[in-house]
Amino acid sequence: MSEQTLFKVTVDGITIEVPAGTTILQAARQIGGQVAPPAMCYYSKLKGSGGKCRTCLVEVSKGSEKDPRPMPKLVASCRTTVMDGMEVKNITSDKVVDARAGVVEFLLLNHPLDCPICDQAGECHLQDLSFDHGKSKTRFEFQKRTFKKHDLGENIQLHMTRCILCYRCVFTADQLTNKRVHGILDRGDHAEIATHIEKSLDNEFIGNVIDVCPVGALTDKTFRFKNRVWFLKPMDAHRDCPTCSGRVTLWNRGDEVYRVTARKDEWGEIEDTPDGKPGWICNTCRFDKKNASDWVIEGPRAISRASVISQGHYAGNVGTTIPNETFKAVNGGREPHLLMDIHDESEVNQPNIHLGQNHGASHGDTFNNKTENA
Amino acid sequence: MQALTNKAQAVNRKPMTFLERLYLINIIKGMMITFSHMFKKQPTIRYPEEKREFSPVFRGLHVLNRDEEGRERCTACGLCAVACPAEAITMEAAERVEGEEALYREEKYAAKYEINMLRCIFCGLCEDACPKDAIYLSETFAPANYTRKGFVYAKSDLLIPNPKTEATAFAEAKGVEA
Repeated sequence: MSEQTLFKVTVDGITIEVPAGTTILQAARQIGGQVAPPAMCYYSKLKGSGGKCRTCLVEVSKGSEKDPRPMPKLVASCRTTVMDGMEVKNITSDKVVDARAGVVEFLLLNHPLDCPICDQAGECHLQDLSFDHGKSKTRFEFQKRTFKKHDLGENIQLHMTRCILCYRCVFTADQLTNKRVHGILDRGDHAEIATHIEKSLDNEFIGNVIDVCPVGALTDKTFRFKNRVWFLKPMDAHRDCPTCSGRVTLWNRGDEVYRVTARKDEWGEIEDTPDGKPGWICNTCRFDKKNASDWVIEGPRAISRASVISQGHYAGNVGTTIPNETFKAVNGGREPHLLMDIHDESEVNQPNIHLGQNHGASHGDTFNNKTENA
Repeated sequence: MQALTNKAQAVNRKPMTFLERLYLINIIKGMMITFSHMFKKQPTIRYPEEKREFSPVFRGLHVLNRDEEGRERCTACGLCAVACPAEAITMEAAERVEGEEALYREEKYAAKYEINMLRCIFCGLCEDACPKDAIYLSETFAPANYTRKGFVYAKSDLLIPNPKTEATAFAEAKGVEA
């Protein structure tokens, strides 16, 4: 092809020209904002993903310029390519809004709703989806499905009850690692993510399944129950990594690194590196580099104001630099007579306990090195 | 100048009479008012012997709740801390290990839970935010203390007595049903 053919497509009344072969979802994302349909299983960086969760359903009210008949049913926008002159209705269509509420209800049928203990809470796509598009009640009256617990090795924690079977982690393992050891076993209601039989996931790039998981089914064991994401400070950082791009987001508490993730864009997908490749990160960066000295800090990460993670974060470098203690300077070199150091009294966030350095979750005895003061 | 109302009165600059200069009548008048109050109902409540009844919606000292089986309800989800406008609540979570099922209701629990009562403004947003019915504001207030240090309340200060193992203390803390 000498010249790329451009197709004109209208989404919710906004017209945009996109190259032929673009999906409706990608075209809508180029417009951005509310117009872009939500997606739980589609992941633009993974080939073959999409078409499973049905959250991105849209109504095509005009097929194309040549064949203006509307499509009879709602279509999955992540798998439907645009035609010239196509008109798509997303949030302007009552049918779509209703269908999406139904899809959310289906996705939540077996979801345990254990957000208070889930580490994904605050950055969970299913939370966002049900908040934006779901109904507040369920009509499901039966036992939710449960699974035998599988151990996926020392770095990745699997909570199968939270899984929505989006297959993103399966595609990640297929496309980033040379041998996939986990997959979906069984069918229907019994379908589950598992290894056959009881293997641990230990490929150098397998940690990316944590980032692609839209729910809390696959979480970081090194961050397990350490803190809620909205109390942490996301900082962009990089290191010279021989295996991966080394461009990450550090989730700090004070100067301690609690968690390392790849950088995610506004769609919750991995950001591209400057050379245009997806910025997957390796397990060494993700799980083993938990010292602030391992990283070159670039600055605080910009977080959408709509996200709970942005609570307590301010523009610029506020909160990332420690202010100088001015008491002595303004009082002629005198120390304060009465000064309550909160660490003398408080047992939370003790300076001698470095949670970021611990590999797994804390337990009761993690905090008990301080002598009890009655 | 035109008066705005017809209530204005000219200042009386006549010198006081002898009786008025004595002030006796006015003193007696005042004493009568004071004396009459001895026969009125006293509004004073003699704290601490007597205590005023709080309304059921009173927002006082926090308690951390347990369920019927005596397990701690709090899972350290952090919603109270994020809802708190005074940033008084801090916590540290831990994973329940085998053998602790009778202590904690869920897989995750608050190993440390602190409310800084110096900061707390008793707004009750933590109670509203709690998804697990774990924190409640009770009908009593935080006791006075000699030092500021005594106002950082740890989990042991906030937890209610265990209804299984400390049944008497639990009944005592619960008080009589109205």
